Amino acid sequence: MANIKTIEKKSKAQSMGMHTEVLTGRTQQKFFNPDEAENFYYFGTYDVDFNKRTDLDVKDMTAPEANKEIDKLMSEGYGTIVIKNPQGKHSLGVGILNKLNLIFEGSLGYFGMGSCDGPTVRINGRVGWSCAENLMAGKVVIEKNAGSCFGAAIRGGDLICKGSVGARTGIDMKGGTIIIGGDAGAFTGFMMQRGRIIILGDVGINLGDSMYDGTIFVGGKIGSYGSDAVDSELTKSDQDWLKRKLKVAEIGENFNVSKMKKIVAGKKLWNYDNLEPTEKKGAI
Amino acid sequence: MCGIAGLIHRGKSSNVGSELQGMLQALKHRGEDSTGYALYGDTDGKNFVMRFKVGENVGEGSSSVMEDVSVYDERKKIVDEYLSEMGAKIVKEERTLPYSLRYEIDYDAKDLLEFSQKIESIPGVEILSMGKSLEVIKDLGNAKMVCDRYSLDKVVGTHAIGHARMATESGVDIKSAHPFWGYPFSDVSVVHNGQLTNYWNNRRALENKGMRFMSECDSELIAVYIAQKMREGASLEEGMKDSLLGLDGVFTYFVATKDSLGMAKDTMAAKPLVLYESDELVAMGSEEIAIRSVLPQEIDTYDPFDGEVKVWRI
Repeated sequence: MANIKTIEKKSKAQSMGMHTEVLTGRTQQKFFNPDEAENFYYFGTYDVDFNKRTDLDVKDMTAPEANKEIDKLMSEGYGTIVIKNPQGKHSLGVGILNKLNLIFEGSLGYFGMGSCDGPTVRINGRVGWSCAENLMAGKVVIEKNAGSCFGAAIRGGDLICKGSVGARTGIDMKGGTIIIGGDAGAFTGFMMQRGRIIILGDVGINLGDSMYDGTIFVGGKIGSYGSDAVDSELTKSDQDWLKRKLKVAEIGENFNVSKMKKIVAGKKLWNYDNLEPTEKKGAI
Repeated sequence: MCGIAGLIHRGKSSNVGSELQGMLQALKHRGEDSTGYALYGDTDGKNFVMRFKVGENVGEGSSSVMEDVSVYDERKKIVDEYLSEMGAKIVKEERTLPYSLRYEIDYDAKDLLEFSQKIESIPGVEILSMGKSLEVIKDLGNAKMVCDRYSLDKVVGTHAIGHARMATESGVDIKSAHPFWGYPFSDVSVVHNGQLTNYWNNRRALENKGMRFMSECDSELIAVYIAQKMREGASLEEGMKDSLLGLDGVFTYFVATKDSLGMAKDTMAAKPLVLYESDELVAMGSEEIAIRSVLPQEIDTYDPFDGEVKVWRI
């Protein structure tokens, strides 16, 4: 019975153009084909107009109510939404899977902007623990400080905090870029697997502890290195990339990137050559 | 999980009972097995206030054994006798609940250790707090339930700390609830969020030095640990800094004394804390929503870093 199901699934997937290969080992790589785009339906996404703008006061709403209301506004085509009075509520703005210009006029609690894919977000306040966890694509800018586990397990996109962040920033991240304007706490880049972290200020103890891959750039002092994290040479290419990123992020544009330290994994603990879905799109 | 909250007004008094209730109620999703308040009220400073219990709350959800209510009266009678023997005069007596009492005592205390040991030698009796400003009130239920039960919303004072508990490593009872009094120091209290992994080693060492433990809750260790350091001559801040090395595990805790409030965060920074600081008010909690219940307007807050210790005075 199990075999029949597997065959049915495989046939259906192949008829949709999702893959033509046997799904084992390295052959899992499949590049996105634009000719097949019409075969795909992106669940939970809407066509929105960035010029269509509205305000949403969430003062008397619970987080699920507020998130449903954001979803409803997107379904009505609003492409720019300004959230008033978030007042540190948890889990606001989670699960947004399409392009959207979202502005929070205040601070968020835990898990803000979690599991998003595509929106451009500006938070005129602070964020609590695990902001933008599992971000796939898009840009999230925080104007003040952020809590711990900032950008945990992100796979893509840009995550920018103009203030300081707590511990374990970029824990388990698998892609994307995290930029910190201030200082970062202990265990920054803990178990990171891909992606880049830029910290303009100081960073705490155990930087890059147990990192598999990826790169960390630090402008200030380092409390201590974690296991397997080592210094690497900062190349001209790195410096050009840093300048470009900091300029695009509107943070530290005049920062002297040539003095930054570059930290990488000391051992190649695993193979992460396969591209992430978002990177596959970018590669075309 | 557990949630902790605290605030200190600098240079003025406020309705700290109501404010802390709002902060802890905002954290009730972090645990509502029990809730505790350590309130530093405005008093004339002449008499000691002793909050103590002569039994446990055996209501729904409690892990305590049901007792005949008549033993509460018997225990109270012995407490009264012992107080009289030690020359302590009861100025005012309140019995909020059959098992929970509040005495105002005129007592010239040289050493609260002997005093406490005598009172707590009565089986089933525990001093929740002793001080000229501090009152520890803790019971089963969420912040609002405890606040209503003990009429705390009108308490005026300078600072307060509190705890919303999700019981994990010890029972659902008042003796395991926070805050813990910094026995035998007048006006010292502690709340904690986290786990201590060298509890028994430290407990044995401290018991050998004459300190007492009333529960098997690891958080009690912090209160006793700091109290012992202060007995040895350390300041509050020195005791807290020492605890970062002496205590193993993950923790964020607050300590309050008659005129100060402090916070400490372990070197792993594994437990959350959000802090708001201004010249007039310091408010902190496990989550920002706790602070927002006192300061709904847009404010600047931050997470203290790993191994950080801070102390503020009124």
